[in-house]
Amino acid sequence: MNDSRSQILNSLRHRLPQSAPLPTMDESWIQFPDPIAQFRDSVVAVGGQTETCKAADLADTVGRLTVFDESKRIVSTVDGIAGNVDLQQVADPHDLEDVHLAIALGQFGVAENGAVWIDDHSLRHRVVLFIPQHVILVIPSRDVVHNMHEAYRRIDFAENHFGVFISGPSKTADIEQSLVIGAHGARSMHVVLVD
Amino acid sequence: MSSKTDHPALATVFVRDEARTKWHDEALWFVRTKRDRAAAAVPEWETLRTTAEQIKAHVVANLAELLERFEQNAAARGIQVHWASDGEEHNRIVLEILKKHNVRHVVKSKSMLTEECHLNPYLEANDISVVDTDLGERIVQLRGESPSHIVLPAIHIKKEEVGETFHEHLGTDAGASDPQYLTEAARQHLREQFMKADAGITGVNFAIAETGGFVVCTNEGNADLGVSLPGLHIACMGLEKMIPRYQDLAVFTRLLARSATGQPITTYTSHFHGPRENGELHIVIVDNGRTDLRSDENFRRSLSCIRCGACMNTCPVYRRSGGHSYQSTVPGPIGSILAPARDAHQFHTLPFACSLCGSCTDVCPVKIDLHHELLTWRREIARRNALPRSKKWGMRLASAVLRRPWLYRLAGSMARIFLRWTPRWILYSKLNTWGRQRDLPVPPAKSFRQMYRERQKRS
Repeated sequence: MNDSRSQILNSLRHRLPQSAPLPTMDESWIQFPDPIAQFRDSVVAVGGQTETCKAADLADTVGRLTVFDESKRIVSTVDGIAGNVDLQQVADPHDLEDVHLAIALGQFGVAENGAVWIDDHSLRHRVVLFIPQHVILVIPSRDVVHNMHEAYRRIDFAENHFGVFISGPSKTADIEQSLVIGAHGARSMHVVLVD
Repeated sequence: MSSKTDHPALATVFVRDEARTKWHDEALWFVRTKRDRAAAAVPEWETLRTTAEQIKAHVVANLAELLERFEQNAAARGIQVHWASDGEEHNRIVLEILKKHNVRHVVKSKSMLTEECHLNPYLEANDISVVDTDLGERIVQLRGESPSHIVLPAIHIKKEEVGETFHEHLGTDAGASDPQYLTEAARQHLREQFMKADAGITGVNFAIAETGGFVVCTNEGNADLGVSLPGLHIACMGLEKMIPRYQDLAVFTRLLARSATGQPITTYTSHFHGPRENGELHIVIVDNGRTDLRSDENFRRSLSCIRCGACMNTCPVYRRSGGHSYQSTVPGPIGSILAPARDAHQFHTLPFACSLCGSCTDVCPVKIDLHHELLTWRREIARRNALPRSKKWGMRLASAVLRRPWLYRLAGSMARIFLRWTPRWILYSKLNTWGRQRDLPVPPAKSFRQMYRERQKRS
C-alpha cells in the first residue's frame, strides 16, 4: 500500500508541468437587489416551498403546514417546536426509518440556488435530514447570502464533521428525463424564513 | 476487452432504429438547452469557467503536494487514507476493509471510478452484494447493462423498458410505465436495501487539500442515505479530484449542476470532514493511468474534467450513436480522450467519432480544449501505428497526392471524368463506405484552378 503511495507521488513529481497561480477569486460575483425574494424564487424553482414569519409565530406557522398535521413521528431540533421523537434517546439511526417529518435549524440560505446550509452539530444523527418523508428547514431571514462565494466564506470547516447544502426536495429524472420529486430523500421541503 | 472497440460498427447498429435515435438525440438536446438557460442566467459565467480552468491548471501542476496535504489533513480528522496504483489494487483495498467489518451488503452511490475499476463484479465474486442506489444506475444494474452516460446512466432506456425491468425484478404492475409510479417503486425497494446495508460506498466530486474533507453531490439523496445508516463509509476517488481551497468549491458547485442538468446546484451537496460517531471513514485515492496522463502535455488538460457530462449532451455524434457504442466507462468527447490514453489500440476509433465541430469545448465548464485534443489523438494514433490498414493506406495515398501538385491536378481531372462516366454500380460498390447513405456530388466541368485562371485573364 505504501509502495503505491510513493510510486504515485514520485511519478507526479516528474515532468512537472508549469504551475499556474491560483486565482484570487475577488471577482464581483452576482448580487441580487432583494436576496430574500430571490432565495424564495430559487427554492420554488428547485421544487421546494417557503414560508415567512415572525419569530413569535414560528410554532404556529409550522403547525399550520399540512405536512406537520399529517405526520405521526416528528423530529424537531428547533426550539419552540415540539417533536415526539427525542434524537438523544435514539442510539441506532436505523430506528429513525419511520420518521415522517424532521424540522431542523439551518445556518443560512443562498439566494442564487435556494440551498440551505446545515451541519450535524445539533443533529445527533445526520440521517434525520435524509430519511424522513418530509423536511422543514428554519433559517433566520437575515441569514440569506447572495451567492456560493459568500456562502463558503461563512462556513468554518474546522468545526463540523458533516455539513450539507440542501436545495429543495429529493428528486430524479432518471426515467426518460421526467422530473419526479421524492427519489430517496424528502418528498417535500419547506424553508421557513424567520424575521 | 479482447476485441477492439469499433465505434462506427456499434453506432451503425444503434442508428438502425431511426425513431429511437431521434428520441435519444432529442432527450440529450433537451438537457443541453436546460444547461444553456442556466448558464445564461449567471452573468459571470465566463469568469467562472476561466477561474475553474485556472484552479484546475494549478491542481494538475501541484498534484503531489496537494495530495500529501490532503492526506495529512484527512488523517488528522480521523479519515483513513489509502492509495491504489490501479483498479485491481483499489478493489483489493475496498474488499479488505469490507471483510474486516464482516460486510455482506453494500449500497453504492454513483461513482464512475468504481465502474472504471469494475468493483461490483469483483465484490460479488467475493460474496458481497452491491446495490447501486442511483435510480438510473439501479435500472442498468437490474438489466445487466452498464451506464451509457456519466450523469444520466439510463438515458438510453425507454420508460416502457424500465417498466418491464421493474415488473420482473421489483414486482411492479405489468405494463406500467409511469415514471412517478416506477420511481416510487424504486424508492420502496431501495429503502429496504439502505436499511439492510452494512456499508456505504460513494464516489468523490471534490477533495479539499486545505481541509482534508471531500464533497459528494447527488439529487436523489442516495449517497447520504447510504452512508448515514451503516457505520462504515468508503469513498473512492481518482487522484485528479483534488482542489486546493474550500473557497474553490464555490466555483465548482456553481458550475457543476448548471452544466450537467441546468439546475442551479445539486439537491444535496454533502461535505464529509470526518467519520460519524462510532463510525469509520475511508478514502481510496486511485491512479489507474492518471499520472501517465498527467505526464502527457498533449492530453493533461483532460484531467481537469469534473464529470458534468455537458460535452456528451451537446455532441452530435454521441447523441446519435449512444453511450454504449464507445464501450468505455466515460463515453462521449471526454471519454474519447481518456479511453485511448488507457489503450490506444483498443480505442483507436473513438477520436474519429467526432466531427470537430467544437461544441464540446464551448460548453465545457473547465474549458478543456476537447476537440483539439481529439484531433491530436488522431495524429497520435497514426504515430503509434494503431490505425487500421484501410485508414492507414488511405491516409498515405492522400498524403502522397497532396504533397505533389502535379499529381493532385492529375487526380482532380481524372476524378471529374471518372465521377461523371462511371456507372453507378461501380461508383457505389462496397468499397465506397462514404456513399452508403450519401450521393457523391456532381463533378464540376472545370477545376477551381482553371476557373481562377480564366477569371484573371478576363480582368
